[in-house]
Amino acid sequence: MKVLIPTALRQYTDKQSTLDVPPGSVAEVLGQVTTRYPELRKMLFSDDGKLRKFVNVYVNDEDIRYLHDENTQVKPEDTLSIVPSVAGGCGLTRRATWRVRSRSS
Amino acid sequence: MAAVTSLQAASLNNDEILRYSRHVIMPEVGIEGQLKLKRARVLCVGAGGLGSPLTLYLAAAGVGTLGIVDFDVVDFTNLQRQVIHGTSDVGRKKLDSAEDTLREINPNVEIRKFETRLTSANALEIFREFDIIADGTDNFPTRYLVNDACVLSGKPNVYGSIFRFEGQASVFAAKDGPCYRCLYPEPPPPGMVPSCAEGGVLGILPGLIGVIQATETIKLILGSGEPLIGRLLMVDALGMRFRELKLRKNLDCPVCGANPTVKKLIDYNQFCGIRGEEAAAPTSMTDISVEELKQRLDRGDNLFVLDVREPHEYQICNLGGHLIPLNDLPKRVSELDPSKEIVVHCKMGGRSAKAADFLRQSGFTRVHNLAGGITAWAERIDPKVPKY
Repeated sequence: MKVLIPTALRQYTDKQSTLDVPPGSVAEVLGQVTTRYPELRKMLFSDDGKLRKFVNVYVNDEDIRYLHDENTQVKPEDTLSIVPSVAGGCGLTRRATWRVRSRSS
Repeated sequence: MAAVTSLQAASLNNDEILRYSRHVIMPEVGIEGQLKLKRARVLCVGAGGLGSPLTLYLAAAGVGTLGIVDFDVVDFTNLQRQVIHGTSDVGRKKLDSAEDTLREINPNVEIRKFETRLTSANALEIFREFDIIADGTDNFPTRYLVNDACVLSGKPNVYGSIFRFEGQASVFAAKDGPCYRCLYPEPPPPGMVPSCAEGGVLGILPGLIGVIQATETIKLILGSGEPLIGRLLMVDALGMRFRELKLRKNLDCPVCGANPTVKKLIDYNQFCGIRGEEAAAPTSMTDISVEELKQRLDRGDNLFVLDVREPHEYQICNLGGHLIPLNDLPKRVSELDPSKEIVVHCKMGGRSAKAADFLRQSGFTRVHNLAGGITAWAERIDPKVPKY
């Protein structure tokens, strides 16, 4: 099955936009992806192992929060999309200074 | 709409009928639809990449009242995508530049300028005078503020967002559909998702997304077609693929759910983990200014300059530093000598601050972050270095 990686996260997947992964539950699929690309794990999961709240996961066009969350089964013909929130409108950003907080969920 | 029930708004004169003839000959718009557009009051938050096409097309279409909130000034880096501004507008207020362009396109439009940052203190008051809010902002605190203010005031929020080659658009319709918080209950911690200034954006992308926002705004005004409510449109300009994801109203949503906990506007900088702009860039003990770096290099101090930008940025300009992009730093840290005094820099100082933190955690003790990055160097030390 296919996992679609958004532009903002491709820096963690050797610039790959699509990954081919054996089907299974969403948790298993994401597990395989983050085993292959450990840097991606920190972006997708908080320290307690939960999916971050600014990262949504869709199986085809449906949000897994309205299916069976990470227990949702993904079939070989399905597409899993990772969709993090994006702020950009590109006007004022240079003025806003973003600082990293201590790692929080 | 009580404010605009004058005779003029109740009818179209011959000039207007001519101007909008390609609209009025369509049964889906007609005279009645054109009058709806004339009576409509749309607020665009931001006159930047998304706000440019959005307001250009809404003005051309004959939206009667266009409000714009912006406090920024046009600079050269805006011109690649913010097509409402021209080269001679650099240095002018975006509001004034936008107003001139819009008046030239359609002098019938009433333009209302709000030269301010949208805040929890002024948002509801500004929104009160408009029917539809179009979100052309570029940062999370304002996005959540626009969303919550729309939900609280019961007004639809026409949403667009862009990054590099990818964009999202939707209509968060307060009463009938999900809101932005149903989609993303919480923002990412600052620094976790790169901004356009850090990540770049293809100039036409805000054009594509802003025009989608304009289309949705006009459909909402006309009350025709299928609005993008409950659907998130994903645009990939490189693959030229448009995909649609389902959005659902979250019953537990803190602002539009069954038992809302957010009943008035909150402190959105705090919510998004951002300190105020003034307090945002303190020069920490371990920062070094560009002046100090220049002085120490001239003096012949043995400093190791580490550049943590990307290779294509290094090609634009560099200080001759050793290049290791921030993301490669963990696996290439062995290239660095912990006994040396290291000055880390990037474009503006954001990525290098992260790199410096990482190096300190990795046991490097003499690490400085170059405050303001190579941009500050170009501004204050060497004007031959291009800014980008």
